[in-house]
Amino acid sequence: MSRSKTSREPISDAALPVGIADAERGAAEAAILVKPTVGKKKSEILYFALHNPKLLVGGSVVLLFLILTFVGPLLTHYGPFEYGAGPTNGPPSARNWFGTTTFGQDVFAQFVGGLGSTFAVAIVGGGLATLIGMIVGFTAGYRGGLVDEILNMLTNIVLVIPTLAVLLIIAAYLEVRGILWEALFIGFTSWPWAARAIRAQTFSLRNRDFVDLARLSGVRSHKIIFTEIAPNMSSYLFMTFILMFGGAILIAATLDFIGLGPTNTASLGLMMNTAVLWSAMHLGYWWWFVPPGAAITLIVGGLYIMNVGLDEVFNPKLREF
Amino acid sequence: MGLRVENLRVYYQTLRGDVKALDGATFDLEDGEIMGLAGESGCGKTTLGNSLIRLGTRMKYIEGGVELDGVELPIWDHDKMDRFRYREVSMIPQYAMSALNPIRKIGKMTAELLASRGVAYRDVLPSLRDRLDLVELSTDVLKMYPIELSGGMKQRVVMVLSTLLDPSLLIADEITSALDVSTQRAVSEMLVEFREREYVKSLIFITHDVSILYQIADSIMVMYAGKLVEKAPTDTIIQEPRHPYTKMLISSLPQIGVKYTEKKLEGIPGQPPLLLEPPTGCRFRDRCPVAFDKCQEEPPFVEIASNHSSACWRTMEDHAQA
Amino acid sequence: MRRYFGRKLLTYGLTFFLAVTIDWLIPRFMPGNPVSSMVARAQVRPEIAERLVDYYNQLYGFNESIITQYFNFWKSLFQGDLGTSIFVFGQPVTNVIMDALPYTLGLLLPAILLSWVAGNKFGAFAARSKYLDNTLLPVGYVLTATPYMWLGIILGWSLGLKFGWFPISGAYSFSLRPALSWKFITDALLHWFLPFFSLFLVMFGGWAIGMRNMIIYELEADYSHYLEALGAPRKLIRKYAFRNAVLPQLTGLALQLGVIVAGALVTEIVFGYPGLGLLVLNSIQNQDYFLLQGIFLFIIAGVLIANFLIDVAYVLVDPRTRIGMTGGTA
Repeated sequence: MSRSKTSREPISDAALPVGIADAERGAAEAAILVKPTVGKKKSEILYFALHNPKLLVGGSVVLLFLILTFVGPLLTHYGPFEYGAGPTNGPPSARNWFGTTTFGQDVFAQFVGGLGSTFAVAIVGGGLATLIGMIVGFTAGYRGGLVDEILNMLTNIVLVIPTLAVLLIIAAYLEVRGILWEALFIGFTSWPWAARAIRAQTFSLRNRDFVDLARLSGVRSHKIIFTEIAPNMSSYLFMTFILMFGGAILIAATLDFIGLGPTNTASLGLMMNTAVLWSAMHLGYWWWFVPPGAAITLIVGGLYIMNVGLDEVFNPKLREF
Repeated sequence: MGLRVENLRVYYQTLRGDVKALDGATFDLEDGEIMGLAGESGCGKTTLGNSLIRLGTRMKYIEGGVELDGVELPIWDHDKMDRFRYREVSMIPQYAMSALNPIRKIGKMTAELLASRGVAYRDVLPSLRDRLDLVELSTDVLKMYPIELSGGMKQRVVMVLSTLLDPSLLIADEITSALDVSTQRAVSEMLVEFREREYVKSLIFITHDVSILYQIADSIMVMYAGKLVEKAPTDTIIQEPRHPYTKMLISSLPQIGVKYTEKKLEGIPGQPPLLLEPPTGCRFRDRCPVAFDKCQEEPPFVEIASNHSSACWRTMEDHAQA
Repeated sequence: MRRYFGRKLLTYGLTFFLAVTIDWLIPRFMPGNPVSSMVARAQVRPEIAERLVDYYNQLYGFNESIITQYFNFWKSLFQGDLGTSIFVFGQPVTNVIMDALPYTLGLLLPAILLSWVAGNKFGAFAARSKYLDNTLLPVGYVLTATPYMWLGIILGWSLGLKFGWFPISGAYSFSLRPALSWKFITDALLHWFLPFFSLFLVMFGGWAIGMRNMIIYELEADYSHYLEALGAPRKLIRKYAFRNAVLPQLTGLALQLGVIVAGALVTEIVFGYPGLGLLVLNSIQNQDYFLLQGIFLFIIAGVLIANFLIDVAYVLVDPRTRIGMTGGTA
C-alpha cells in the first residue's frame, strides 16, 4: 500500500523498466513504465487528483463550508447570541435567512459561528490526535519488542475506554470550558486509531531494504523514522489526518449536544442541544435543527469521500479505467 | 493430441495504453511432453501460462487460438472456460504458498471445491491419499489449517490439489523460485513422477532457471520481450542453441567446477525493451551481437530443423546455407 | 489461546482499575471542597444540607488517610454502593441506574446486532455489481458521517411529527401503565422504533461500507485467484471472501463500542427515552455528580464486558487464534 520513491528502491522486478510485473499482482505495477523523475511524479499525482471525481466532489463540499465560515459573518449583522435579531421562533425570512430561535436569535449567525468553532476544534483536535498517533505508532512499529508491547497495551487501554464516560467525569467538575480544552480532550482520546494504523504501516516498511541500508550506515532510529519511513508514508499520514479531522467534528458535535462542550462559544452541536431542549422537534421549528446537522453530515461525508478519492490517487491499483 | 497454440496475443491494459506482453505465440505441445518455458523477468512467460487458464484482471485477449486435445479453449470467455478449468487445464500458481484459504481446514476446502465442480469428495479420497503419500505428506494435513503447515508443505498440498482431477495440461508457474536447491530438486522430480503416473499428460514448466529445465524438461521454449525466440528439445537448447539470445543465456550460466579466472561469467549487456511501444523488427536487435540490417524486419518463428524452431534471420540464413 | 485471553483480561483489568482510580481522583483535584459545594448546589434546606455533608464526608472518608479512603472506595464499589443521587433525591445511585439501564440496552442490543448483520450482508451484496456499488457507496458514506442525534431529530420530525406515524417522546404513553398487555406492548414498540431505527441506520452505513471494502480486498487475495483458476463458481469464492472479511468487521465492532454507546445516549436525549442518556443529561443539568460517577463506572464496565464477549466470539470465528496465533488485534 505504501508508495516508495523509485530512486531509493534497490532494483526489484517492479522497478525494472520492463513493463510487466507478475500477472497475478495486477498490471498496475506496469504503470511504472518509465523511470519517473520526482518532478514528473508530482505532476502525475496532481493530474490524477484533479481528475478524480470523488476527490473533487468531496473536496469542494468541504471547501464550500470552509469559505462560508470566513465569509458568513460578513453576511450577517447579528452576533450568534444576540437577542432581538428577529421574532421568536420565526421561520426563514429575508431578514433571518435561517430563521430565528426561541430567544429571537438569528440562526444563520449561530450557524456560521458554529462552523468556525467546528473547524477550529477539528484542526487542533484532529491534528493532535494524528501527532500522538504518529509518535506512538512510529515508535511501536519501528522498535518492536518490549517497547511495542507496552505501547500496544497503552493503546488498547485508551482505545477501550469510552471517551464520553471519561468526559462526563472531567467536564462535570470543570466550570468554564473553552474550545481549546475540547480540542485537547479530543486529541488526547482519539489517537489510538491513528496509532494502530501507523504502526501497521511502519511494520511493513521497516523491513524494506532502504531502511536496512540506513540502519547499516549507522543512522539513528528517530532520524530513520523521519527521513526514510515517514516520507514514504506521507500520503497515508495525510489520509489518516483527514479521518481524525472528520472524527473530531463528530465527537465535538456529540459533546456539545450533551452539554459538555465549550460554554461560551457557538457550536453546531450546541444549536441542536438548545433546539431539542426547547422542543423544536415537537413544534416543528425545522430551520433551527436542520442546518447544523446537515452541515456536519455534509462536511464529514465530504471528507470521507475525499479520502476514498485520495486513496485512489495515491494508490494506482485502485484507479478505475 | 496435445496443445496447439496459434498466434496468441494477450495485452495488459494500463492507463498509458496496452502493454504488449504476449505478442503472437505459436507452438505445439505433445501429449506427455514436459516443456520448459524460460526467459528473463517480464518476457511474457507468466502471461502465456496464465492466459491458458485464467485471464487476470488487467489482461486483455487480443487474438489467437488455443486448442487442447482437439477442442478449442475459449480463453476469452471467463464463464465458458470454467468447463475446462481444473479438469482439462490446471495450474500450480506462483503464489502457491498463499493460495489456500486461511480459515478453512484443507480437507474441508478441498471437499467444497470438488463439490462445486461436481465431484464427490468421498470418491477421490483414496486417490487423494495416495498422492499425498507421493509428495511425502501425511493425510493429517487434511485436518489442518494452512497456517499449521510450512511453506514447502503448502506448496506440495497445492501440487496435489491442482492435479487431483488428472488434467490434460498442467501449468507450473515458477514453483521452484522460492525454494532452496535440494527442495527444488525434490519438487521437480515429483512433477516428473506425476507425469509418469499419468496424473497429468503434458506440463508447461515456467521458470527463469534453465538448470532445472535441464534436469526434467523434454523441450525448452525461450521467450524474449513477449515473443517466442527458440523452441527445441532440451539437449539441443543446452548444447546447440541457435538463436543469439539463447546462446548468450546458456553461456551466462555458471558451470560447476569452472573457476572465474578460467572463464568469466558473461551477462547480456543492456535491458529488454519497454513493451508499451515495442520497437519494430526483432526485439532483441539492440542487444544482439550479430544483428544486421535485415533485423529491422521482424523475423518469423519458423522451424529450422526437426522439432527446432527459432525466430532469427541469422539462424535462417545459416539454416538456408546448411 | 491462553495467551490471547490472558492479555485481553490484563488490558481490561488495567483499564477498569485506571477508570475507577480516575473516578476517585477527580473530585479530589478540583478546587475547593467538593462535597460542600456539591451539596450547596443541590439547594436543599440547611438541616438537610448539613446531614448530607456529614454523610458524604463519611462516605468519602475525608477524615481518614488517603490510602484508607481509596480502599474504602473500592470496598463500597464491590458492595454495589455507588452513593446516593441528588437529582433523584435520596435514591441510591445503583437503583436509579438499574431503572434506566433496560431501556438503553433495549435500544443498543437490537440496533447493534441487526445493523452489523444487515450491514455486512448488504456491503457484500453491493460489492457484486459496479453499478450498485457506485450508487450505494456515497449513501453509505453519508449515513456513517451523520451525527446520531441529528438523524434522530430528522426522523422524529419527519416520521414522527409530520407523518405522525410514531410517537416522539418517552418509552410509552403517559396514560398507560406498564403491563404485559398487547396494548402496552404495541405502544412501547411504537415508542421504541424511532430511536432504534435512528441508531440502526447510522451504524448500518458504517458496516456496509466496511464490508464492501473488505470483500473487494479479499476477492483480490491469492486464494481467490487460485479458486478462480480451478474453475470454482463465483458463489464459492464469494462465500470464502465473506467469511474472511467478517473477521476484521468483528474487530471493528469492538473498536466502535465507545462511539456507539455515545450515540445511543444522545439518541435517547432526542427522544426523551428514559435510558442512561436522559439520565446523563439530567445529572449534568442538576449537577448530580454521584449519579454521573455511577453512570461512568457502569458504562466502562459494560463496554469492557462487551469487548470481552466480542473477543470470545472472535476466537470462535477465527480458527487461527485457537492454534495459538493471535488473529485479532482488538
